[in-house]
Amino acid sequence: MTLTHYVVLAAILFSIGATTVLVRRNAIIVFMGVELMLNATNLALVTFSRMHGNLTGQVLAFFVMTVAAAEVVIGLAIIISIFRTRRSASVDDVNLLKG
Amino acid sequence: MLITGITTDAAWSGSALAPWLVGIPLLSAAVLLLTGRKSDRWGHWLGVLAPLASLAIGVVLLLNMLGVSADQRSANVSLGQWINAGAFRLDAGFRIDPLSLTFVLLVTFVGTLIHVYSVAYMEHDKDRRRFFAYMNLFVAAMLLLVTANSYLLLFVGWEGVGLASYLLIGFWNHNPVYAVAAKKAFVANRVGDIGLIVAMGLLFTHIGALDFASVDAGAPKLSPGLLTAIGLMLLLAACGKSAQFPLQSWLGDAMAGPTPVSALIHAATMVTAGVYLVVRSNAIFTAAPDARLVVTIVGAISLAFGAIVGCAKDDIKKALAASTMSQIGYMMLAAGLGPIGYAFAIMHLVTHGFFKAGLFLGAGSVMHGMDDQTDMRFYGGIGRTMKITYFTVMAGWLAILGMFPFSGFFSKDPIIESAFVPQDGQTWRAWVFGLVALIGAGVTSFYMSRLFFMTFEGKRRWTTKADGSHQHPHEAPALMTVPMIILAIGSVGLGAFLAIGDRFTTWLEPVTGPHPEGSPVIPAGILIALSLVLVIGAAAFAWSRYAVSEVPVIPPVGTLVTQAARKDLYQDVVNDAALVVPGQMLTRSLVYGDRAVVDGTVSGVAKTTLRVGDLARKVQTGHVRSYAATMTLGVVVLAAVVLILGS
Amino acid sequence: MIASLTSAGQTTTGEAILFWILAIVMVLAAFGLLFARKAVHAALSLVVVMIGLAFMYVAQDAPFLGVVQVVVYTGAIMMLFLFVLMLVGVDASDSLTETLRGQRWIAVVGGLGLLVVLVGVVGRAHYGAATGLTDANADSNPVALARVVFGDYPFALEVVGALLITAAVGAITLTHRRRLSPRVTQRDRSEARVLDGTIAGKPVPGVYARHNAMDVPALGPDGQPIDASVSRVLRVRGQEADAEEYAARIDRVLAGDWANAPATGVEAAALPGASSIEESGQTAEIADEGAVAAAKEQS
Repeated sequence: MTLTHYVVLAAILFSIGATTVLVRRNAIIVFMGVELMLNATNLALVTFSRMHGNLTGQVLAFFVMTVAAAEVVIGLAIIISIFRTRRSASVDDVNLLKG
Repeated sequence: MLITGITTDAAWSGSALAPWLVGIPLLSAAVLLLTGRKSDRWGHWLGVLAPLASLAIGVVLLLNMLGVSADQRSANVSLGQWINAGAFRLDAGFRIDPLSLTFVLLVTFVGTLIHVYSVAYMEHDKDRRRFFAYMNLFVAAMLLLVTANSYLLLFVGWEGVGLASYLLIGFWNHNPVYAVAAKKAFVANRVGDIGLIVAMGLLFTHIGALDFASVDAGAPKLSPGLLTAIGLMLLLAACGKSAQFPLQSWLGDAMAGPTPVSALIHAATMVTAGVYLVVRSNAIFTAAPDARLVVTIVGAISLAFGAIVGCAKDDIKKALAASTMSQIGYMMLAAGLGPIGYAFAIMHLVTHGFFKAGLFLGAGSVMHGMDDQTDMRFYGGIGRTMKITYFTVMAGWLAILGMFPFSGFFSKDPIIESAFVPQDGQTWRAWVFGLVALIGAGVTSFYMSRLFFMTFEGKRRWTTKADGSHQHPHEAPALMTVPMIILAIGSVGLGAFLAIGDRFTTWLEPVTGPHPEGSPVIPAGILIALSLVLVIGAAAFAWSRYAVSEVPVIPPVGTLVTQAARKDLYQDVVNDAALVVPGQMLTRSLVYGDRAVVDGTVSGVAKTTLRVGDLARKVQTGHVRSYAATMTLGVVVLAAVVLILGS
Repeated sequence: MIASLTSAGQTTTGEAILFWILAIVMVLAAFGLLFARKAVHAALSLVVVMIGLAFMYVAQDAPFLGVVQVVVYTGAIMMLFLFVLMLVGVDASDSLTETLRGQRWIAVVGGLGLLVVLVGVVGRAHYGAATGLTDANADSNPVALARVVFGDYPFALEVVGALLITAAVGAITLTHRRRLSPRVTQRDRSEARVLDGTIAGKPVPGVYARHNAMDVPALGPDGQPIDASVSRVLRVRGQEADAEEYAARIDRVLAGDWANAPATGVEAAALPGASSIEESGQTAEIADEGAVAAAKEQS
């Protein structure tokens, strides 16, 4: 087994995360799909770092985690605000930009 | 008196006054129109003075012209360069020669008399000043027409008289019938104008110039086909202006204007402009015998048409209008005969101007006395109460009959004689045209006598006035009767004056060329006797029917010909079917096309834009997941491209 | 340090087994995230994935990241998710029917397409021989990481720090609820009560009572039972107990007797034990329970 397997696994997780974003309607589950995508990316980064023998990949993954944390905070705050006003957590209801 | 910049090549003095012929009436018209109501009290006198001043100038020019020999009489008074476009140069100026001066004198003399008449006739009309403004405008335009030295400047005057005619026919335009009549006259004139424009175009293309001098010099060099075409186009223009077949339908309706208008414009002057055009273009017509033949045919048809229609009309003005059409038919017939007839056409034109104007003024006087009643069936016996009118109209009546020694005799009989002269060896033409002219004279006598007797003789068939009181036909005031008397004197004596010693023919020779001799197929003496017999016989027949026997107040059904004649030989029906209806269909289809195609395209573009926008709008669903889907698909496509291209 | 990679870049067998087990679990959990009906199930599936990832990080010579993954990602972030789910509605479940036209097909195409393309790209790339992190982690992974972060990327670190502060402030701002009506303080409440007439408030059952049962009314200052101290439902049903009865019962017990009046034919047995207050309290309790049962049988 080579390290490529890890990257392939990351690709699989990434596409599952993308599909989750496309298919699910609950805003929080969509968000979780995004988190899954970020995690998959982290896995790929760590694998690459191991491949190339320097820690840049891991540093990058570290930063990704931090930023993901910040993003989750704000995203969930937004979802809560929307939920408070609209009593709905469905992303389909947030369609005021409909042309 | 002299404007700087005028150049003249006259051999006689005083020709520089020529521009004022047109200028004074034009200035007067401008003053009367611009001052508006302020000049209501004195405007009509200024309106009378303008043609009088032009008459004075005309007389001065005549006296000066008579002082030199015949070949020196033509003068070209140039106002300077008008058009300078590449190779085409045209000067604006006046041509004062015997022909134009004849017309100038006719127009100003008869015009002044009619203006004086109008002062009293239009006394109760609050727009009298505007009337005089338009009349002066007409006089200015007509004088410009006859004194212009080029076709283009003539056309300016041509259009000017058309405009003045429109304004004056529709003078009482609060009545929609009159307004429509004015429009009809203008449109019919316009159709004729096409001919003049095309002729000018042809002349310009092939001769390169439009002034009479160049055209007269260059005409003989053109091909016969081209000359015929130009001649026919000029004839078309003349038909429009002179109410000849096939553009004659407007003249009857033009009687909607006040009677002085009918007298001046539609009897004496404007309608004769067509004849003037033909005679002025004699260089072209002499060289195009086919065009001349058509002119003669048109004249003959109009002659007959007017005569037939005139027999059935009960409206006195419309009967006189039909008579005008017929008499101008005589002039056209004469002009079409070529050099033999040009001078006679003009002579008849001059005498006709006098007696027809007199007849119209007399009719106006009768109408004035009979509370504006125009139906002759309600006249009768007026001769006993309106003496002056009676005698002046009688003078005009005898003149138009061609009775010796009145003026019509001296002007109409030469035409009949010339019609009988075979040309180019074609005797059958001489017989046809001659007989038409001869019999036409008889019919003319019949219907004019009918008019005279129905109006002035016989039992009174007067109805009550509009307010219910009885008719009291009273003689017209002096301002009306004096012009009528003067015109009557002209109707009596002018013909003899012009004919004696071939005075008039010689006078016009510089313009029309020498008068050839010709012998008619029927000897001249027998012709004169025949025509007199015909005329007197027809007048006697009319006497028996309309003066002696009872004239029915309700028009009897009459024969088919009478019914057709009452409807102007169905001219309006034909015009409607041939021109008006197709024209309206064309305009309607164009409007529809404009709305459907042009507007449709424009708004179609807008609608398409909107629809495309609507379709494009559907991409913006507002749903995050749709946008995510788009993004995902985009990424997949891009990555696939990278994958494929990178391998 | 044990080299985790062979010289050819292959992993050890142990790692391979670990990988395959974890991979299958993680993929199944990811599908669980995709297909779970209830949001909480989806969140827990994601937790499974993240923990699996933590295992993998550790296996890939990134122990620091593995711990951080568990502590920060799983521990903090996923818990945040669960808190929000609590607020939003735990039982809020998605229906499986799709509302947008064609979205399902696009999702399938997109997902599969993405997978194919990514795997294709990844599979075709030339990576060269894997080096492994043995040398890089010579001074232990955190130390090496720290060297890289603070040495090569200090600015990024500062920025991320600012980002975190901003996120915190942002979260407070976003979830801030404006007070629409003035706050009702204790003083306002008591003033309202005075005006209302219900000065002392309603007595809770048991206050001023000799018994703390819900159906026994409290006694007022005048010794009379207060109706309002018993729930209206009980009152309506007629299940309110008699205060005097209870008072008499208590008196009897305190006097050392049985709570209930002795029934006919039953020898009134003497009470076992001394009549110390505690014992009597206890026996009274036992007796009370019996009395309660008896009273309930009677009523």
